Amino acid sequence: MGEKVLMKGNEAIGEAAIRSGCRHFFGYPITPQTELSAYMVKKMPKIGGVFLQAESEVAAINMVYGAAAAGVRAMTSSSSPGISLKSEGISYLAAGDLPCVIVNIVRGGPGLGGIQPAQSDYFQATRGGGHGDYHLIVLAPNSVQELVYLTADAFNLSDEYRIPVMLLGDGTLGQMMEPVDFDSIPEPVYAEKPWAATGTENKRDKNVIETLFLEATELEERVLEREKKYDVVKEKLQRYEAHNTDDADIIISSYGITSRVVETAVKILRDEGIKAGVIRPITLWPFPEKIYKQVKPKAFLSVEMSTGQMVEDIRLACECSAPVYFCGRTGGVIPTPDEVVQKVKDILKEVK
Amino acid sequence: MSKTIYAKPKSLTDTTFRYCPGCSHGIVHKLVCEVIDELDIQGKTIAVEPVGCAVTAHNYFNFDVVQAAHGRAPAVATGIKRSLPDRIVFTYQGDGDLASIGTAETVHSATRGENITVIFINNTIYGMTGGQMAPTSLPGQVTQTSPYGRDTHTQGYPVRICEMLATLDGPSYIARVSTDTVPHIKEAKKAIKKAFENQINGKGFSIVEILSTCPTNWGMSPIEAMKRLQDEMIPYYPLGVYKDVEEVNE
Repeated sequence: MGEKVLMKGNEAIGEAAIRSGCRHFFGYPITPQTELSAYMVKKMPKIGGVFLQAESEVAAINMVYGAAAAGVRAMTSSSSPGISLKSEGISYLAAGDLPCVIVNIVRGGPGLGGIQPAQSDYFQATRGGGHGDYHLIVLAPNSVQELVYLTADAFNLSDEYRIPVMLLGDGTLGQMMEPVDFDSIPEPVYAEKPWAATGTENKRDKNVIETLFLEATELEERVLEREKKYDVVKEKLQRYEAHNTDDADIIISSYGITSRVVETAVKILRDEGIKAGVIRPITLWPFPEKIYKQVKPKAFLSVEMSTGQMVEDIRLACECSAPVYFCGRTGGVIPTPDEVVQKVKDILKEVK
Repeated sequence: MSKTIYAKPKSLTDTTFRYCPGCSHGIVHKLVCEVIDELDIQGKTIAVEPVGCAVTAHNYFNFDVVQAAHGRAPAVATGIKRSLPDRIVFTYQGDGDLASIGTAETVHSATRGENITVIFINNTIYGMTGGQMAPTSLPGQVTQTSPYGRDTHTQGYPVRICEMLATLDGPSYIARVSTDTVPHIKEAKKAIKKAFENQINGKGFSIVEILSTCPTNWGMSPIEAMKRLQDEMIPYYPLGVYKDVEEVNE
């Protein structure tokens, strides 16, 4: 481990992105992620990079589309309402098989919602958000250190699979300060990009980045080709953290900052002799479904800062081997360990 | 020995245009490609094509092309140009794309003085979707979505893009040209060339608005369409140079 520095989550994403070879950042101000833009605009001119404050979220994501089409590592960040605006561009990025990293530091919704931390964009992130048959790779860190590791992974994975990657945080992760070590982050692995629109230099045939296929069978073929790629990602990329699952009567799932609340709750429960275990998805897409088929609790519990959007994925993953319950708060309210403990006790009375 | 006096530009592919008879896209494609040949920038050029009839321009352009979402071409071009500053990046957009759904991207790439070239086809109608009212449709113009003629009380007035952008400090060159006569086509080519040269010389945002025809959706013959362009469009959209930073500086 190298030297640790105390850093705000949003700024740590920026530093990790720069260390991962990102030199093109296109942003638009929105709370609670603006510190990332502020960090980038200070750093980029010093390292020959580009920071551009776009006229809108829509323009920012389309600048990313242009930069990604030109073959560079590009990034944009926003928070929930801004991601809705970017969703058009995200659909095109997916359709163009263009690598890039999109950060969503989630706040409460729908509509303008609030500016407090939330996890209510789970459906939007994991189901696509924009139109058409597509997925993003969605990474959900639970600490500033993991935010940094996953930022580096995000660029590498995006290049490797030519799939846009979303880093899904929340207002707490973005705003809180924690010690973080940058020396141990994954090295950039750059992919060859022979498909990029860089100008032919009269040395190769022209490259075209296109997303319109008027022939139905041709479009179907392209979509199914991408689906094969998604199958590979589903097979190879399921990431999670699990513990205390072997003897567990109940397995609690949560991601991001909520998992820190759950850790405290599980400690309390175990101290009281209640057999609680943990599966924490780190990739939300692909969802780590394999592990859910290997465990045999009496019940699952999803703890989220939403109205329970991950419940469906757990149900699908465990194939209803046990009932899936929900405990959470929304609108920017963070659940407490006591609420989780109480919910677990109530559930175990029911499923006994 | 025979001497070549005319040749198809090598920046244009051999693919036959699928544009309607009498449509100006063919003329403008050729002018753009001639300019790219003359400036010897084919290998450095990246086009951004719009949503509209020119969405398949990559079938005709013989250089790299990126297809943008509707109206977003200037933002996409910005992303490309900022990533590859030594490349020549241009957008090719119609009136619905540039002056309606993409107005924000147009205005802000212009005011940033983004070092790109914008080719703007104004034919006062949405062509690809079958002839609906465009932001540039003339007062009284009959279209599918203005069947009683564009009523300025309820449907507003046409947008004059060149005049609007000329109020900004960012752009370096703004010109409106036409495709109705040979002299005008020659003028158009000159303006297009200047818009590309400006980018090569790092002067920043240049836009050429090209008054064009859409006989199919206007319900006219190609000859009638050219006459409408002359009689109705040019008076409303006066030709000329609206901004030329070189001239201002001199």
